[in-house]
This record gives sequence, structure tokens and C-alpha cells, in this order.
Amino acid sequence: MDIILAQASFVFIQALGGLASAASLFLVASGLSIIFGVTRITNFAHGAFYMLGAYVAFTLTDRFGGAFGFWGSLLLAALIVAALGALMEMALLRRIYHVPELFQLLATFGVTLMVQDLVVMAWGPDDLMGPRAPGFRGAVEILGHRVPSYDFLLMALGPAVLGLLWLLFHRTRWGVLVRAATQDRDMVAALGVNQKWLFTSVFALGIFLAALGGALQIPRTTVTHGMDLSILVEAFVVVVIGGLGSVTGAFLAAVLVSELNAFGILLLPKISLVLVFLVMAVVLVLRPWGLLGKPFTAARQAAGISVRPWQPFSPAERALAAGAILAASALPFLVGDYGLTVGSEICIFVLFAASLHFIMTVGGLDSFGHAAYFGLGAYGAAFLTVLAGLPMEAALIAGPLLALAGAALFGWFSVRLSGVYFAMLTLAFAQITWSIAFQWVEVTGGDNGMLGVWPADWAAGARGFYWLSLGVAVAGVAALRALVFSPFGYALRAARDSALRAEAIGLDRARLQWLAFIVAGTFAGLAGALQAFLKGSVFPDFLGIPVSVDGLVMVLLGGVETVSGAVAGAVVYKALAIWLMSRTDLSRLVLGSAIVAIVLLFPRGIVGFVEDARDRYLPALLRGRGRSSGRETAP
Amino acid sequence: MTSGLKALGLKAISIVAAAALMAAAPARAQQGEIRVGEINSYSTLPGFTDPYRKGMELALKEINDAGGIRGQKLVVISKDDAGKPGDALTAANELVSRDRVALLAGGFLSNVGLALSDFAKQKKVLYLASEPLTDALVWSKGNDYTFRLRTSNYMQAAMLAEEAARLPAKRWATVAPNYEYGQSFVAVFRELLTKKRPDVEFVAEQWPPLGKIDAGPVLQAIDAAKPDAILNATFAADLVKFVREGNTRGVFKNRAVVSYLTGEPEYLDPLKDETPEGWIVTGYPWYGIDTPEHKAFLDAYRALHNDYPRLGSIIGYSTVRSVAALLERATDTSTEALIEAAKNLEVNTPFGPIVYRAGDHQSTLGAYVGRTGIVDGKGVMVDFAFRKGADYLPPEEEAAKLRPRN
Repeated sequence: MDIILAQASFVFIQALGGLASAASLFLVASGLSIIFGVTRITNFAHGAFYMLGAYVAFTLTDRFGGAFGFWGSLLLAALIVAALGALMEMALLRRIYHVPELFQLLATFGVTLMVQDLVVMAWGPDDLMGPRAPGFRGAVEILGHRVPSYDFLLMALGPAVLGLLWLLFHRTRWGVLVRAATQDRDMVAALGVNQKWLFTSVFALGIFLAALGGALQIPRTTVTHGMDLSILVEAFVVVVIGGLGSVTGAFLAAVLVSELNAFGILLLPKISLVLVFLVMAVVLVLRPWGLLGKPFTAARQAAGISVRPWQPFSPAERALAAGAILAASALPFLVGDYGLTVGSEICIFVLFAASLHFIMTVGGLDSFGHAAYFGLGAYGAAFLTVLAGLPMEAALIAGPLLALAGAALFGWFSVRLSGVYFAMLTLAFAQITWSIAFQWVEVTGGDNGMLGVWPADWAAGARGFYWLSLGVAVAGVAALRALVFSPFGYALRAARDSALRAEAIGLDRARLQWLAFIVAGTFAGLAGALQAFLKGSVFPDFLGIPVSVDGLVMVLLGGVETVSGAVAGAVVYKALAIWLMSRTDLSRLVLGSAIVAIVLLFPRGIVGFVEDARDRYLPALLRGRGRSSGRETAP
Repeated sequence: MTSGLKALGLKAISIVAAAALMAAAPARAQQGEIRVGEINSYSTLPGFTDPYRKGMELALKEINDAGGIRGQKLVVISKDDAGKPGDALTAANELVSRDRVALLAGGFLSNVGLALSDFAKQKKVLYLASEPLTDALVWSKGNDYTFRLRTSNYMQAAMLAEEAARLPAKRWATVAPNYEYGQSFVAVFRELLTKKRPDVEFVAEQWPPLGKIDAGPVLQAIDAAKPDAILNATFAADLVKFVREGNTRGVFKNRAVVSYLTGEPEYLDPLKDETPEGWIVTGYPWYGIDTPEHKAFLDAYRALHNDYPRLGSIIGYSTVRSVAALLERATDTSTEALIEAAKNLEVNTPFGPIVYRAGDHQSTLGAYVGRTGIVDGKGVMVDFAFRKGADYLPPEEEAAKLRPRN
């Protein structure tokens, strides 16, 4: 390897390759960065629009030949998709700007699911190969190596787009408004700028860049229905490494990541799997706001949380909850084995979602990597059963300790950050954990997973395991609820609502949040350990991004501003997902539509909606009864 | 809530409700039918599963038109696993405990196959793995309840290593996706080639993540090691990037390339006129096979689906044919009887007769090995020959020793 690296010409060519990759990544990331900077939307559908850009470009280039037809098609495809994006912003996102920010993540996630099935329906299941770019088919010979001329086009395009965006932001009135909104959108609104159209135009521009990025890929690869997810996470990472809202930062980050990858694979050929996340973790630990980001003023606290103070259950509600648990424990007398395994899985995800809900709503920290602790708990249990030969009971208790240790380690770094940077650092840690499970084949079995993690005899039957899962879930949720109303919970909520005031009265914010992170991680680990025994096996995808996203969706569906909304969210989402998958191959389309519908109908989540209805329609009747004792005073 | 929002919400609900209604109705137990559970990655890998399902449909139609299994109608209940082992297990549970299927079949991904195989062992049902390629399925993690149809990683590696050994090339570079399929394929190929040709050396290896190959830097890194030949195991979108970038950069010029699965229409067709010529590949040249059994299959398939078959179609068709032969041979549908019947079970497939070996539960389905070429602007396999699976498997007694004792 040393000899190879010593060859200057090779190093130069390898660097060029990295630059070309950086350009593709930058186009998508810049759009995401602009959208996030202004609207604070975590746009999960960005990858979907990237993919749509490629598909539409494929269809157009197929129809219009020639150089003019080709380049015109790419541009036209990006414009069409940008129009679709604007339409989605107006029809969907505009209706939910007033609710907690993460709810828009849920809406865009629903759209992503729908698009995945829709493209297969529209363009068929086969991979599609578009034409090569006219005028850029060949290669240029440099220092004895052939470099594709299309790479040079991309290399030029990256800085060109960066320059154009700079001009747009610094030399036009619109750009000034966008930058102002990035810094303080409430102030911009207060000054009389029509936010609606500003947001729509920014969104359309961001989607245009994503779709263009996708369209530009067709001379290099095939258009497939899976290309949205492969770009989405990386684009997010690049945005965060660069610093939110900083387009120049995104460019630097794209170059940094791509070059590190181009040279990293020479020394460690397997590094690509985890490289971007390693870079992100290192950058965020050293520079909490990314390379060029500035600590932004958090959007002013939405009034929502203080409107309805949290209260412990009233006697009536307690009776209702007890009734629900009783009904749930009678399930084995009503349904068969399959229903019970589904019931067990729902119980497990209730606990998982409740633990995520705890760190998100009580701790005020949105974790995008909660699957790490779910998976660590599962692997912990699997190690103890398969490698150490311990019985299920011991593994269930000791397995989650691995999750606890992981949460303690990762949480210590994470709680120094806040907002989306916190979320992305948790994601980075989760992906690093995932790649260890994936790569350390001798111990974890790699992607083939660990098999033979079956439960003890008394819980091997569907009934036994269901009661076990139900018991653990009920106890776990009750414990988390008790924590919310304990002094620790109050202190945590104080730190969430105003870190400054909390610290002034002597609360150690970082320590409180770290403890909350560990608590949440441990309960997630317990859920993971149960899942290992339910499935009889453990796989790296227990630690994967989809599990983290599922958790987020459950919490958001239930309602962020509630005490235990995640329980309802988990039951509804998991039951719906399993039922749909069993019934149709288009489960993503239906599930996505359901999520979008729920977002529009219940913008405060299911439980939030129920609480709204209760407070609106049930008169003082209920409130008068014995609730004054547990009531908080509204601030 | 505004009325407009309400209207939109109602519309959304009606769409969802309609879509849910369109979904297949649950399977009901009926007299005079034998039900078989089948699981595959329908939503996430439609490129494979779509022709696979069409293959199954053809076999089912033929079998039931001919009177079914001893007068009973053969019914296959298919479930989606979304490419995740955990979801595959949920589906398996539903099929076994609710739909009461006689046995399980299916699977594409190796980890899904292994999860189902472990489930089969735990719940004592027979699992016929159709596509998963990993050798662990029948060897290091094999069990009594699992049988596998598809020509395995080891078999195809052996076929390609045989071809590779005839090449003058001494310096080899490898590219494979970074997961078990790629890792175990490269390991077996290296072992078998080195055995035949102790003089070869492996000078570079690249492991891009599945679906995310950064083709430029990967190819440049390979080129820099100056290999005589390249072994490739990437497929689908990664393969297209690899081929396009490699063609432009001239990395394949004056180098032999041995490429796994590339001759399968699923992966070869997208390459169109950019198909590299002269690569040694395994695959399925449906346009050039003139055996009577394949011709019959091809005509029937085209008549029913108005489309040409992919390799997935062969696998789907042969899976259902295997299941039917198994049920015909078994004395009843108890798992013990089915396992006994599956051992040394003979099945006629479009690739000719196969046997499920009793020693390691692997079928002797073979594969076509040939070279890539371009005809009329389309990628095809030329100079191909069929390799019998039995010739590329270790003897049954030896293979049986690779399995855990339990």
C-alpha cells in the first residue's frame, strides 16, 4: 500500500474520483440544508424526490433524444419534481407548521413510504438504465489514467451550484429574507414577511436541487426504487457535519466525506459502511454545531406543552387503565397463537416506544438512534444465551445491561449537544453500533445474525410469552410514568423547559439528561431482550435506522405532548403495519397514506386528540372529581 | 378544523380504506386443498420476486389443471417479508399457526433464509428454501427441517473457479458487496482457485456497501494493484455503476473478469449495449437453451404471462414443482413424513431433473456458465454450457460432516 500511496499520480486521480462523488452528494445535501435552515423541517421525503427526479428524467430522456433533449430533460425533470414538492408543501406541510416540529418528519415519512410503492407501480420493478450524457461519454487521459469526462462535469457543477446559491442568497431580496428566516424566522414573520410563500419557494428550491441530483445520476447508474434511502441518510449526515443551514458547510462536508472514503478504502476496504457516521461523530464531539454552523437560537418554545399540564391519572382514568390491562391479559382466551405472537410484539414495541417517548418528551431530547439500545439489549440477551448458556430469565435481566452501558457511554457525549445535533449524534452512534454488529462476524454472526435464542419452556408457548411481554411492558410503562411525576422527572422537565433557569436553581442539566438517557436506553434494551426471545434470533437490523424511525413514528402518532401517548401510538402503528404486511404487498402505500391522514386529522397525535376532545367536550364534571390533589399549577 | 381539511382527511381515509379492501382476503380453511406457506421480499425486491411469483403461478396452474395433489387442490399462500428476518418470522408464525400450512417455502436473502430455517427447527415444520445462497443454510447451520433448492454459493464458486483456473491470470483482485453473501463467495472462490492453481495471488480486495458502491474510487483502487484478472460479486444497481465506470476508465481492458450472477437476466438486461464482452459469468440464457423441458417451460410461461422468464421465474416454478413432488411422495402431511419424503426427492425442473440430497439437504440444481456478449444492442450469454450441480458439490458423506450434530 505504501508504494501505491507514494505514486503521486494515483493519489491525484483518486482525489478526483472523490471530488466527483462529492458533487453528487452536495447537490442533494444543499437542498436539504436550505429546507431545514428555513423551515426546520426534517424532510424525510428528500430522498423520495431525489428518486423521482431520476425516474422522471429517465422517462423524459427516453422520449427526447439528442444533446438538447437530454440536458433539457434533466432540467425539466427537476422542475416537474420541484413543482410536486411545492404541491406537497402547500397541501400537507402548510397545515401542520403550528404543531411540534417533528410532526413534519412524520408527514414526510408517510410520503416517502407512499412514493416507494408508487414508483414501482408506475415504472415497474426492473432496474432502468438511462442513456449516457451526450458529449460526456468518454474519458480524459490524465497522467496515464483514464478519468470519465462526466466526472469533470460533476466536479465543475458542484462549485457552480454553490456559487449560484451564494449569489442567490447574498444578492437578491429573496435570499436576504431566506437568510433572515434561517436566523430567526419568528422575527421575519413579525416584520410582515409572508412566511407561507417564503417557505413554499424555499421548499421548491430544495426539492429542485434534490431532483437535479437524482437526474444527474442516470448516466452513471440505474434508476431503482431503492435509491431514495441510500442517499437520504448520507445527505442528512453531510448537512449536519457541515453545520445546519450552511450551504458552504455542506459543500465542505461532502468533499471531506467523499475524499476520506476514496482514500479510506485503500487502507480499510470495508470502511465505506460506517465512514460517514464515524466522521459525523468525531466532528460533532469536537464541534457541536458542525464545521461551519453557528449555535442557532432555538425556535421559540411552542406554547403547546404548557397549555395542558401533565397530571397523574385521576381515579377514573386509573380504573380505565386497569380495565385496559385486564382486557389485554384476557387476550389469550380470545385469539389463537398467531394473534398472541403479534400481541407480544406489540407489547414489546409499546415498551420501546414508551422509553423513547420518555427521553423525547420528558427529557426534551429527540433521539434518532434509539434502536441502538433496543439492539444492544437484544444482542446482550443473545450473547448470554448462545455464548454463555444462561437461562432466559437471567438473560432478560442481564441482557439490557449492555444497553445500559451503551447508553451511558453514548449519552455522555450526546447530552452536550441539543436539538438536531443531538439527534444526529445519537444516529451516528446507533449506526456505528450497527456496523460493529454487522462487521464483527466471528462474534455476532454478521448479517446472518445469531440464531437459537429461544425462550425457556414455561414461556415457549404463545400464551406464556404473551403474558411475560405484557407484564414487562406494563411494569416498564408504569415505572416510566412514575419517574415522570417523581422529583427527578420534575427536575428533568425544568431542564427541558428552560435550561438557563434550571441551572440557576442548582439543577445539573447535563447530569439529569444523561441519567434520563440511560434510563430510556435501559428500558429500550429490556424491550430488545424480549424481542430476541420472541424471534428466537437477533440480527443487525434490530439496530438499524428503520427501527429508530418506527419508534419515532409511534411516539409522534401517539402525541408528543402527552405523558403516555407512545403506548397508543405503538399499538396502532405496529398492529397496522403487521396487518397490512400480511394482507398486501402494497403495505407501504397504505401505511404511508394512513400516516399522512392521521397527521392531517390528529395533528397532536392520537392521545393528544383524545385529550383535546376530553377537555373540550367533557365539562367540568370530570375535573371536579378528586383531581385537584395531583394538579400542577400552570406557569 | 377547517372544512377543507376535513374533506381532505375524509378523502384520504377513503383511499386508505379502498386500498385495504383491495388487499387479499384472509385464507380460509377449505376441504380438499393442501396449503403451503410462502414468504419472500415482495415489496423490497420486486425485480426478483415479480418473475418469481409468475413462475409459481405457472407451476400452480399446471399442477391444479392436472388434478392437483392426489385430487386435492394445491394452494400457495404468499406473504411479504419486507427484506427483514424479523418480519419474515412474523409471517411464518401466521402461516403456521393461523393458516395451518403443511410446510414453508421461499426466501431470497440469506439472513431471512437462516431465520426461517431456525424457526422451522423450533416449530418443527419443514422449510424449503428457494433462493437464499448462503452455504451456512445447509452446512454449518443446517438442520433436519431445512432443504434448499437454489444452486448455492459454493457450487457456483466452484463452477467459476474451474473456469478461472484455466486462465493464465496470476494476480487477482476481488470486488464484492460487504455482507455475508459477498464475503463467503469470495472466500470459497479463493480457496478453490488456490487449490487448483497454487501460483495465483490475490493482490487487492474491495468491499463496497450493498447498493452504495462509490464506483470511481473502487475501480481506481483495483486498477492501481495491477491485477491480471478481477472477480466481481456485485449485482443490480452496483453492477451497473461498476460496469459503466469501469468501461469508461478502461479498467477491464486486457483483463479477464469473472463475475458472479451477472448472466441472470435480472442483472444483465439493464446493461443493454454497455454489457462488457467476454466476462465469465453464471446466469440464465433463456433465449438459447434448447432442451425439451426448458422449451416446454418457456412456451407455457410466455403463453401465460406474455413476458420472458428471468432466473426468478425458474426458481419460483421449481419451488412449487418441488413442493408438489414432495407432497405426492409423502404418505401424509405430518412434518416427519414430509422430511422423509424430501430426502432423495427427485424433481423435474426446466433445468432438468434434480435430487434433494439426503446427506446435506441441498438440491443438485445446476447453473449455466458462459461468457457475456452483445447481440442487437442487448447483453446476452454466449458460449454457455450447463453445469450439473452434483458435479460441484462435495460428496454427500463429506458434506454431511459439515453439518452440526443435533
